[in-house]
Amino acid sequence: MKRKMLALISVLLVLSLFTGCFSDTTSGGNKVLRIVSGGEPGSLHPSLAQGTHESIILDHIFEGLMRRDENGNLVEGVAESYAVSEDKLTYTFTIRKDAKWSNGDSVTAEDFEYAWKHALNPLTASDYSYQLYYMVGATEFNTYDLEKGSEEELKKLEDAVGVRALDERTLEVNLAQPTPFFLELCGFYTYYPIPKSVQEENPDWANDGSTHISNGPFEIVEWNHDESVVTSKNKKYYNKDKIKLDGIEFTILEDQNTEWQMYQSGELDINNNLPPDVLGTLRAENNPELIIAGDLATYFYRFNTTLQPFNNMKVRKALSMAIDREIIVEEVAQGGQIPAFGIVPFEIPDGNGDFREIGGDYFSEDLEEAKKLLAEGLAEEGMDSLNFTLLYNTQESHQKIAEAIQEMWRQLGVEITLENTEFRVKIEREHALDYEVARAGWIGDYVDPNTFLDMFTSWSTQNDTGWTNDEFDKFIEMAGNEFDANKRMEYLHEAEAILMEELPIMPIYYYTRPRCEKPYVKDTFKVINREVCLIYADIEDVEE
Amino acid sequence: MLRYILKRLGLAFLTLWVVITITFLIMHAIPGDPFAKEGKTPPAILENLRRHYNLDKPLHEQYFIYLKNLAKLDLGPSMKHKSRTVNDYIRDNFPTSAHLGLQALIMSSILGIILGIIAATRRNRLPDYLCMIIAIIGISVPGFILATVLIDVFAVRLDLLPPSGWKSVKHTILPTVALGMFTLAYVARMMRSSMLEVLGQDYIKTAKAKGLSPVKVLFKHAFRNAILPVVTVLGISAANLIVGSFIIERIFGIPGMGKYFVQSIQNRDYSVILGTTIFYSIILISMNFIVDMLYILIDPRIKIKSGTKKKTAYSEALITQNHVCQNMGGAKNES
Repeated sequence: MKRKMLALISVLLVLSLFTGCFSDTTSGGNKVLRIVSGGEPGSLHPSLAQGTHESIILDHIFEGLMRRDENGNLVEGVAESYAVSEDKLTYTFTIRKDAKWSNGDSVTAEDFEYAWKHALNPLTASDYSYQLYYMVGATEFNTYDLEKGSEEELKKLEDAVGVRALDERTLEVNLAQPTPFFLELCGFYTYYPIPKSVQEENPDWANDGSTHISNGPFEIVEWNHDESVVTSKNKKYYNKDKIKLDGIEFTILEDQNTEWQMYQSGELDINNNLPPDVLGTLRAENNPELIIAGDLATYFYRFNTTLQPFNNMKVRKALSMAIDREIIVEEVAQGGQIPAFGIVPFEIPDGNGDFREIGGDYFSEDLEEAKKLLAEGLAEEGMDSLNFTLLYNTQESHQKIAEAIQEMWRQLGVEITLENTEFRVKIEREHALDYEVARAGWIGDYVDPNTFLDMFTSWSTQNDTGWTNDEFDKFIEMAGNEFDANKRMEYLHEAEAILMEELPIMPIYYYTRPRCEKPYVKDTFKVINREVCLIYADIEDVEE
Repeated sequence: MLRYILKRLGLAFLTLWVVITITFLIMHAIPGDPFAKEGKTPPAILENLRRHYNLDKPLHEQYFIYLKNLAKLDLGPSMKHKSRTVNDYIRDNFPTSAHLGLQALIMSSILGIILGIIAATRRNRLPDYLCMIIAIIGISVPGFILATVLIDVFAVRLDLLPPSGWKSVKHTILPTVALGMFTLAYVARMMRSSMLEVLGQDYIKTAKAKGLSPVKVLFKHAFRNAILPVVTVLGISAANLIVGSFIIERIFGIPGMGKYFVQSIQNRDYSVILGTTIFYSIILISMNFIVDMLYILIDPRIKIKSGTKKKTAYSEALITQNHVCQNMGGAKNES
């Protein structure tokens, strides 16, 4: 018997040894910056990527027509120059001669045309293809019904898309309407090029570190699924002299607490995803390693305006005025967030300054005034008290905020029930207007107020409040067709004023993106709509 | 014996089919769309995505397409991770989970049995109390708390072991302890009570009366009978451990399969839900089978008689699904 047991244990031990496989990740060189990118990337193919944890890697291994320089300014990237037609509908880009793929091939105008049409092709089923809808014919091509149509028609639609390689180095783009933020979009990952010849030869090239090809400052050395993406400096990159790092190692990890512990134990140089309680402590002690950067995102609640009494503007306004946003950001969220009295966050330029600063606050907090408004609003609806259910998706931070607001509304004389549900179920219920008040958040797609405003038009599929306003629609439409940048911004300010007057949503705060950096990490920065940029970063004192 | 094995195999396939069908139906019945985002995706793009993954077809058609692909051992593409298929997940991630799970299983079974024997033979004395304190901690402290404490003490404060990753043997120590502690405690308690029961039996008293040495009585006569219930527990635990733990893999950043059991449901990633369920069911059914075989090996009194083990495919499928659901929701010590 003993022998049998011993044999069994031996077999298990041997099996254990055989099944184990450790990867050895090295990126060659001393200056390798270590950061967590988040969960396993869904894809590192520009047409198929869809999340922030993918974008942080893509932004370091690819480069679009435009890029960010060392100061975070938008400058020419793969395009050495560009020209815009007078009607602002045609952009002509000249591709750099020395722009190369990591395999040594030249990056051509055709790679861009191919990449954008590839993302738009309905057969690709790209989540982010709508980012390319600003081009002539893009929507028609992407939304073509393959079941009812034919391949010839699809090809015709593809040819009609407003992007064309005139020669190897000239790319012409035709837009459907003036898009002031188009150059900004040219630095977004759906607009990155893909190597046409490689894609045609091996459609799975982006799925594996060994076959992955890119044209940015870094290239992938290894992609250990669910573990890490190891990159090294791309020696073929035209601007390689500006790159001081030898590589970046992106650890794939989703647990905030472990990330913090790794940072503390010196296994990470940057912590980009701090747990809220740690953040509170770091802020309280003014920790010099803590950097709080802005983010292009707003946290708000939606009212279902098709239901009584949320159809009443006074009720909505009373609820918005009765909460103390300062307490929510300081005591609950704790991440240095900024109380929101509008929907468009800070750091979006409008030509004359910051859009938010110019627009200002649209309402103020005043509990007594809120009580009066609520009583009037309820009386108009033939009601004398208000009880409702607040819907939010299951997450501790949302629950804490909901509980704080529940208490604040109690001071107003309103009792609410909290209902949490899974994210995907919440979204379905919001679309179906099957809620009373629901938590929401919005991350802007591009640095322009329009990305926070046009979702509330009557034709938007993202409105989810049941609220419509003809005047608001008119201003958004006028802004869309306006050639004069100043007038366009005026229209967008008008639109925001209407939205904030009627308050179908209740803004709570503008998000921030706090991170911690070890003192030896230098020259990182973050632009508002992107993850932290490590392209020009340096490590001054390399720890052995 | 051969007839029994063949019968069990037939039952296993039937069980699998029932599991696939029930999971397929439940999966499509729960609300939520695999491609839902915070209002961003235009309806036309959602249509493209649905078409791409055959979700625009009637349910029965989707079911037959799935079975057809399954027959070719193709578990389909992930809807969330577009660069990977379910086969990729199993190929790339299962060896890591199995490695960690086997290590945890070996640690917990050896230490658990030793602790159980010590506790039983030193009943109501200090070693018994110490062993049972360890067992109570193992059972009552949730895996995620234990993992966090282990990282804080051994990685951050003492700097002895790495806090996360899967690069060397050192990286496996903390997750193995965090993962195996519950099973260790459970085995120790079971071994103790089982041993105490056996030690009170008449044949043990007879053996002692005959003048056999205590060690011989313990290992030759008592251990063999006392281990049987523990083996049963270990069979199920083995299945639970080697397919991976959501919490432990998440906390330690281990590239295992465990997280896909849970994440696939959150993401409504249909092909991954089905693929991981099928895979887990196969492991569980195999473990049940191995346990049955071990029973015969350990206790020859257990004979195979046709008709003695009557299980229907449906009842076995329900048992299997129950375990799958437990695992998907996080093992008991992790919730």
